[in-house]
Amino acid sequence: MNTIQADSELDCSGMLCPMPVVRTSQAIKKLEVGQVLKMIATDPGAPPDMEAWSRQTGHELLQSVEEDGAYVFHFRCTK
Amino acid sequence: MSKTDPDAPKRLALIASKGTLDWAYPPFILATAAAAMDWEVGVFFTFYGLTLLQHDIEAEVTPLGNPAMPMKMPFGPEGFQNFNWPIPQAAMSIPGFNSVATGLMKQTFKNKGVAAVGELRDVAVELGVDLIGCQMTMDVFGFGRDDFISGCEIGGAATFLEYAADAEVSLFV
Repeated sequence: MNTIQADSELDCSGMLCPMPVVRTSQAIKKLEVGQVLKMIATDPGAPPDMEAWSRQTGHELLQSVEEDGAYVFHFRCTK
Repeated sequence: MSKTDPDAPKRLALIASKGTLDWAYPPFILATAAAAMDWEVGVFFTFYGLTLLQHDIEAEVTPLGNPAMPMKMPFGPEGFQNFNWPIPQAAMSIPGFNSVATGLMKQTFKNKGVAAVGELRDVAVELGVDLIGCQMTMDVFGFGRDDFISGCEIGGAATFLEYAADAEVSLFV
């Protein structure tokens, strides 16, 4: 299911709003354009929030899946 | 602080006017989330909200006169934790009750994975959020510049309004 190669991984398990968005923003700033960040969250509010974050920042959401009660996102750094 | 660059990021202008623990959260949550979306963010702290810029945030919360506030226990089995305790209003005026209610809310937030208000403020400073303390409130309540964290500026209504005039989102909390 998960075939995307990530350059960096961030675990936001247990964190509630707004920390997954904040930590993802900080983590993707450390990447080069084109690199992929994998982020894991357990907050049920994360999927809509991460989609909004992607639209607002322009960092591309490549995949959003639910695996064993966790939400796994892959973002491509675009700037 | 007008926007002159047409390609400037979106801007959020917030007024934080309340200094209790429950109301300390919304401005810092919105400010950090917006900054994480690369928005420009300014928060104007006025009246009781100004106390959120003191070195140590001593915000408390009370269910007294605040009937929608759930009273939850942050320990024990899940059913026990989710139970809303019916505390009589008279009991809430006993000295020390605020500290107990504040402690319970802080622990509940911590258990659920919500960052502490102080942590959110640190994140806001780190992300470049402009924190502006209200000069008039300082004068009224006798605060000095040294009472507040170094990461904030001091300004007045005109400062905020000029900033808010170019904001896509402007909210009073």
